[in-house]
Amino acid sequence: MPKPGEFYQRDRNWQPPALVPDYKTSVARSPKYSLISLENSASEITGPVFGHDDIDAIDNDLILNFAQDGQAPIGERIIVHGRVLDENARPVPNTLVEIWQANAGGRYRHKKDTYLAPVDPNFGGCGRTLTDDDGYYFFRTIKPGAYPWRNWVNNWRPAHIHVSVFGTGFAQRLITQLYFEGDPLIAKCPIVNTVPDPEAIQQLVALLDMNASIPLDTIAYKFDIVLRGRRSTLFENRLEGN
Amino acid sequence: MVHKLNYLKETPSQTAGPYVHIGLAPGAAGFGIYDQELGWDIAGPNATGERIRVEGLVMDGTGSPVKDVMLETWQANAAGVYAHPEHPGETEDGFRGWGRVITDFDSGEWGFDTVKPGAMMGRNGQMMAPHINLWIVARGINIGLNTRIYFSDEETANAADPVISLIEWERRRQTLIATRSEQDGKVVYRFDINLQGQDETVFFDI
Ligand SMILES: [Fe+3]
Repeated sequence: MPKPGEFYQRDRNWQPPALVPDYKTSVARSPKYSLISLENSASEITGPVFGHDDIDAIDNDLILNFAQDGQAPIGERIIVHGRVLDENARPVPNTLVEIWQANAGGRYRHKKDTYLAPVDPNFGGCGRTLTDDDGYYFFRTIKPGAYPWRNWVNNWRPAHIHVSVFGTGFAQRLITQLYFEGDPLIAKCPIVNTVPDPEAIQQLVALLDMNASIPLDTIAYKFDIVLRGRRSTLFENRLEGN
Repeated sequence: MVHKLNYLKETPSQTAGPYVHIGLAPGAAGFGIYDQELGWDIAGPNATGERIRVEGLVMDGTGSPVKDVMLETWQANAAGVYAHPEHPGETEDGFRGWGRVITDFDSGEWGFDTVKPGAMMGRNGQMMAPHINLWIVARGINIGLNTRIYFSDEETANAADPVISLIEWERRRQTLIATRSEQDGKVVYRFDINLQGQDETVFFDI
């Protein structure tokens, strides 16, 4: 196997642009100059490595990881699972996946969240896990509620889970949000609609997965995550010099 | 018959939002949940080289501090080696070279302690000056912004750096240079980031 080289260039027409006026906060926080395009060096191809010493086994179970003994959070019990792949459809094993979300009422456990829905004493709202050798991951959690936010006066975020993924190189670093199949708020959300291509938006929608559901217990959604792929360096590898 | 390439497409990015801390630094969100939070110790106790602190502020296009930003840092050790299996060389036990940095919610000021990285080989046999890679996410940032921190006391190396040299506008190159000072016997670099405006920081498509 040839040693893989640089990552494929990011498709900036598939990714959201920095400035999307309908998402008002982006207006003053978007760079105006063009990004300077950089060919990958060691600084972009390498990235942090995580192992099982970094996390605990319970960290991917949001139903249990903050609940008091014998108690559980309120809400619809769900499994979110899938694989982390690259653009070549190869699994990305042993990579860190972290999630955070609101509780079933749409309230975050954050000192800056003041929404009137109550905090759930048994729900922290964050989890993390490492993918296995096949790039597979899963979380058990509560389906988050929709919540209002200040953009236009009547904006509601569709139910969503924030997802952070590493990959093997710093150039693959990605944060995104997962939505749930069938939610009518998806189409109305200015943050969702920062993504210009409707087909790309579909990639953010987790699908109801009856086969992975546990009867009489927990319903499942499937969400695959794709990170940038890498060239194989069949012809040259000039990273080390010359 | 129409042939089709069967590459997958990268998952689209979405803003980290204002509550990124819940997932990535829950202690800062106001609750303890994990036995260990990741990214607080960048260099570890055994790293050799000069101990430094880097501090700054992220400003938006109106000149106001961005108080809900999160930065991730990625750097080599003092010998210019990344703690990654694909980079030749060794790093000290406990050196990860990766950090998570969040702001003071009231002032927007942030800072982190590490060791100053060494120079390393870049592409085509050209040495890269010592630098720390940064990735910046926040509410209102739709896709994480990549930039680099270089050091003001590395003038010769910076002048020969292949990445700085790519920036056509010499004035803009200055946005990547952190300013060295000494405070109470500690080395502190100041690195303010402007998301927008005349002094907009150079961001890279890496
Ligand atoms: Fe959210």
